[in-house]
Amino acid sequence: MLKPKWNKEYKPPASWEEMPFTGNVAGLLPTPNSGFRTLTPHFNLESCIKCMLCWVYCPEGCIDKSNETFELDRDYCKGCGICAHECPKKCIEMVRE
Amino acid sequence: MSKKAFLSANEATAYGVLLSRPHVVAAYPITPQTTLVEKLADFEASGEADFKYMMVESEHSALAAAQGASLMGARTFTASSSQGLLYMCEMLSYVSGARNPIVMADVNRSTSIPWNIYGDQRDALAMRDSGWIMIFVESGQEALDMIIQSYKLAEDPEVMTPVMVNLDGFTLSHTYDLVEIPDQGLVDKFLPPFKTINKFDMENPQTLCQTVGPDFHTEVRVTQQAAFEVAKRKIVEIDSEYGKMFGRSYGGLVEEYRTEDADYVLVAMGSVVGTMRMCVDMLREKGEKVGMIKVRSLRPFPKEYFVSLRNRFKSMGVISRDISFGYEGTLFTEIKAAMLCSSTKYVNYIAGIGGRDIHKNMINGFFEELKEIANGKETAEVKFAGLRWEYGN
Ligand code: SF4
Ligand code: SF4
Repeated sequence: MLKPKWNKEYKPPASWEEMPFTGNVAGLLPTPNSGFRTLTPHFNLESCIKCMLCWVYCPEGCIDKSNETFELDRDYCKGCGICAHECPKKCIEMVRE
Repeated sequence: MSKKAFLSANEATAYGVLLSRPHVVAAYPITPQTTLVEKLADFEASGEADFKYMMVESEHSALAAAQGASLMGARTFTASSSQGLLYMCEMLSYVSGARNPIVMADVNRSTSIPWNIYGDQRDALAMRDSGWIMIFVESGQEALDMIIQSYKLAEDPEVMTPVMVNLDGFTLSHTYDLVEIPDQGLVDKFLPPFKTINKFDMENPQTLCQTVGPDFHTEVRVTQQAAFEVAKRKIVEIDSEYGKMFGRSYGGLVEEYRTEDADYVLVAMGSVVGTMRMCVDMLREKGEKVGMIKVRSLRPFPKEYFVSLRNRFKSMGVISRDISFGYEGTLFTEIKAAMLCSSTKYVNYIAGIGGRDIHKNMINGFFEELKEIANGKETAEVKFAGLRWEYGN
């Protein structure tokens, strides 16, 4: 996946001593926020025509197309189902986790 | 006929504006106000509204444009949030001093830095002394109703002062609720077209937005202060008239809830009041003598009301979604000053900063502590609630 992943090494401050001066530290903001996802898109690309509509319409930009096949960024996919709804070939199924 | 719709508070506010029939809306988008002005732009584009929607290059220009239109005798509206409101700051006192009865919505959001798009009331409270009437609402319905009421208040010949209606970012602005949209005919009866002599007019040429030097400046300010005193009375009257016509009224400057025999009360402004109401009901069921007070108008401040509360409760907590660095929450300062020499014990809870939730358990905890404080527990007067780690006290 070309998309940068959030830094899993990052440890949030655990005490006042560790709080950075005026919040100046990378990592305080981007946290995986897919916790409320109930349905996850599953790609079945047999009939995929590479129209890229799923990639265009995903409001979270979490469908990665850097490889031959699509890869889902599960840290940010909200499970909204827009990709599945837009796919003209019905390649995407929303599956309960 | 009135109708019911499932609306966010931003959309509800937009309906309040639509029903008030302004001539001009001038606004610049900013999170979390954006969907409010988008809805207004939709109204104009679809032909549902006949106001002119002015696209401007900044918030400063938005209020400047609104003032220009207001000086031509037009009813005008604008809206902003956070940095946008701060950028408008210079124009706020232009408008209030020139006595242009503009109504604006401030969708309350934290101010930078640290950058944060979420809700707290630091933006509006930083503008406390801008000379605007400042109303805080609890729900989308109240936001809609208060836009209509605010035009009536602002344009009253004895008031002629702009009004800022504050609604909490996200907690209200992006939360959907069932809202009643009043009947246009009835709103037209309640709110007649805006008429003023305080405008540019070829038939009656006059100078507006004057320079006034030391000789008369104080006198001008006295008339501004007097208008706020009138507004105190009018806010109550307009609210009860609205109640009679539309079936909803909010209590004017303040609303008391289950305070009759209460010993411990919490005071707050804005959306947190909804959660407080629920907590009060739950604790009352358990026999706790708790109540709450919702401050609806920060300017004019309901001073007489708070003076009348002296010695009435054992302890009082004020929830502030702001902090005036170096002192305390702004609402707390105001209330303490009005209640000077009261036997009531006070504490100020700074909560909900930068969008952090104020949940039920937190509020129940405040009530619990208020009881302890009434029974002699010593504690700091100003406390940040829900901290990750214990700080100082
Ligand atoms: S479910 Fe929604 S968020 Fe997830 S990949 Fe599809 S469009 Fe994107
Ligand atoms: S929308 Fe469907 S067909 Fe188009 S690229 Fe995505 S998966 Fe393939």
